[in-house]
Amino acid sequence: MQFVLLISCAPHSAAMRRALCFARELLAQEHSIGRLFFYQDAVHVASALQVCAQDEQHPGLQWQQLIQQHSLDAVVCVAAALRRGVVDQAEADRYRLPASNLLSGFTLSGLGQLHEAMQDGDRLLHFKGEA
Amino acid sequence: MSKSLLLICQSSPWSGVTSRESLDIALAGGAFELPVSMLWLGDGVWQLKAGQQPELLEQKNLQAQLAALPLFGIEKLYVCASSLARRGLDSTQLALAVEPLNQEQIGALLRQQHQVLGF
Repeated sequence: MQFVLLISCAPHSAAMRRALCFARELLAQEHSIGRLFFYQDAVHVASALQVCAQDEQHPGLQWQQLIQQHSLDAVVCVAAALRRGVVDQAEADRYRLPASNLLSGFTLSGLGQLHEAMQDGDRLLHFKGEA
Repeated sequence: MSKSLLLICQSSPWSGVTSRESLDIALAGGAFELPVSMLWLGDGVWQLKAGQQPELLEQKNLQAQLAALPLFGIEKLYVCASSLARRGLDSTQLALAVEPLNQEQIGALLRQQHQVLGF
């Protein structure tokens, strides 16, 4: 079965942990993930400028590892990301920002990518922070 | 046939950018001519209240985004009648033409959808 995960919770929330565990388990059970879509505060997970203590989990690098291992399609909403200071080199150039910080493995794109994935997937799950 | 989506808006308008970012999902769906419906529920009904002065909070008005919904083909717009009543509001005080639904009708609306997202 093909799943689409919409993730809009903050990087260090319990919901983000659940999203990561759920994604790993889906792949372990040989389901597929059509797209990971990071929205709202979840875009911070794609910032390469996070530094976590050595004995703490680093959600950005954990996602990056999963994305690269399984060649997952991981889209970060460009509007939400620009608003929160997560940019790739093209956006940094466009807005004349002093740096870019998008972790490799993630792609900035629009909400159309969410709708497209939702149309193609069998199941949509939203990890959103509360509860 | 395209899959239908119901967006449930439960966030008060000025508690953050959630109200704006959930409307963006609806507008993007409309741009792709997808069947998107919207339901305002709980404190989300405040998003619809006419005559707000967001400039006092140094915020941008939501009205332009709300008014764009029908222009993007999103015409199935619903509001929870009891959420309105509990807040002393009625549909004449809203800035957008939305259809009030009772609990039973909301249940039926949810069952019609392929996908439901809540913000």
